[in-house]
Amino acid sequence: MLKRDNAFDINLEDYKVDAKDHAYVEKLSQIESTDAKQLLDVGVDIDENARTGTFIQKDKSVIHCKTRQDGVEVMSISQAQEKHEWLSDYMWKNISPDTDKFTFQAREIPHEGYFIRALPGVKTKHPVQSCLYIAKEGFSQNVHNIAIAEEDSELHIITGCATAPHMVTGLHVGISEFYVKKGAKLVFTMIHDWGEKVNVRPRTVAQVEEGGVIISNYISLRPVGSLQMFPTTHLNGKGAVARFQSILVASRGSFLDVGSRIVLNAPGTRAEIISRGIASGGSIIARGDLVGKVAGIKAHLECKGLILNDGLMQAIPELTAHVPGVEMSHEAAVGKIDQHEIEYLMARGLDEDGAISTIVRGFLNVDIEGLPASLKKKLDRAVSETQKDMM
Amino acid sequence: MLQIEELKVVVGGKTILNNVNMEIPKGETHILFGPNGSGKTSLMMTIMGFSGYNVTRGKIIFKGEDITDMPINERALLGIGVSFQRPPTISGLKTREIVEICDVDRSTNVEELAKQLNFTDLLYRDVNHNFSGGEIKRSELLQLMAQQPDLVLLDEPESGVDLESIVLIGDAINSLLNRGVRCPQERPHKEIISGRTKSALVITHTGHILDYITADRGQVLYNGILCCSRNAREILKWIREYGYEECVRCSNEIMPLI
Repeated sequence: MLKRDNAFDINLEDYKVDAKDHAYVEKLSQIESTDAKQLLDVGVDIDENARTGTFIQKDKSVIHCKTRQDGVEVMSISQAQEKHEWLSDYMWKNISPDTDKFTFQAREIPHEGYFIRALPGVKTKHPVQSCLYIAKEGFSQNVHNIAIAEEDSELHIITGCATAPHMVTGLHVGISEFYVKKGAKLVFTMIHDWGEKVNVRPRTVAQVEEGGVIISNYISLRPVGSLQMFPTTHLNGKGAVARFQSILVASRGSFLDVGSRIVLNAPGTRAEIISRGIASGGSIIARGDLVGKVAGIKAHLECKGLILNDGLMQAIPELTAHVPGVEMSHEAAVGKIDQHEIEYLMARGLDEDGAISTIVRGFLNVDIEGLPASLKKKLDRAVSETQKDMM
Repeated sequence: MLQIEELKVVVGGKTILNNVNMEIPKGETHILFGPNGSGKTSLMMTIMGFSGYNVTRGKIIFKGEDITDMPINERALLGIGVSFQRPPTISGLKTREIVEICDVDRSTNVEELAKQLNFTDLLYRDVNHNFSGGEIKRSELLQLMAQQPDLVLLDEPESGVDLESIVLIGDAINSLLNRGVRCPQERPHKEIISGRTKSALVITHTGHILDYITADRGQVLYNGILCCSRNAREILKWIREYGYEECVRCSNEIMPLI
């Protein structure tokens, strides 16, 4: 079990920075069946029912990318750089390449990434789906993603990350910069299903203007080597809103250090962070940091953790207020399943195991906004399966 | 239906129930009176089999079967159901889902039942999450109506409930126990209630619930001792006039005999 202070260091030299090119496929149905199954598990709809666009990257190659709605752009970051000269104003503006060795590597050895943009006033009818996929053993995939919701637009993105079934080790470094312009809304749902020894280092920053809304859902139920991320969101304009939810399961060998920071820079901004974690043999550090810079802001953080069998569960909620007149609160609870709850359900006829799994399922059942019904069903199934593995 | 013999129960090293003998025949509703802390809830929790209530002597027999060491869920499936006074919140579990858990044979029309209990708007809320006193009672009764137990244990069904809700709750209990009075009816009342088989033990310390439900017998628990068993209204009259003082005298008489 890994403790907070000895999270293993990653030696970048252990990873390969090059991979062979994969051919572009014109139709999603042409994707190899083993890959397709992994994509399905993280929410990619091969039939593209109820999807506005698709972006799929395998190792360093973009193997498919298209938009199905006018006013919604979906392309690789290199294409976007060619098409939009102004993109340099958006890249590396929030994250310095010198932040750590991962960001440095992402700039030195870039492997694409997506560019997704909703033009002013355009509302996506369905989510855009994206998938970053690693197939090459020992590969370090370094991507740079940019999502822009222009003024008064509404952009939904579902992004799944996965590895090929045979893969053992790998590294994913993802630089993501999100822009939510005045009156726009970005709903971003990320589902991770990495391999047991894959290390993941996302580096994400979002900027939200006046009246903008960002909703981020992060789900990681399957084993992962180590995952460390702490996305930061700046609410810069009056009345901007951020809502972050994460659902985490750490099975044996998994180390998850996951949190988010929201900085409330303008009056009337609101932020909420909700996190649910289950350590079942692995370790979770659930962080949350709310920073109130002006009066008249409102922010709440809720962090609940359970330990099943054994594991480490550490909740670190932080509130920082720089001025009077802020309204900030947090609620954190870590523990085991309450015996009263188990016996209450037993009194309704469930046996002990049935009662425990019902409670665990409920615990992980956070209502996620903007999730297509089919994906919601898939997620419920994934929760049931995960919960079976934990017992 | 239920027979309790010489039951002694210890909670955290302290004797809570002492030599309790009780019988609830098939079809009868008994009221269990007693001041706060007398052991009423402990008796109920022991009958249901909750952890922490250690039976050190005696036994509990239900439908002719010794259930003293039976797991909680088996007692539930055998036909015992409880309405708790302070049930726990279960995050993420909708009330509708727990009602479906209770409805083992899938015979209940949950919507219809919820409508009867004025509970429709709460079906998709997390179980007991921020429920008011009355909402908790209605949620508990809804679960019991789906479960249809043969022996119903109700812990303080009137506590924390406003006057409007208590009528609804009384009706729900009567219909659960097949003791409802409705007129005019096509069939004679005696025929409707002739198939009555449900038994109940209703815990109350104020006795207000007796204004809304009927009972066959009353019992008084004082300081862990069952010190009185007679007509429920008669007991209530005493308690309303003189409090539990008379019960102190009776339990003091019994104490040396245990």
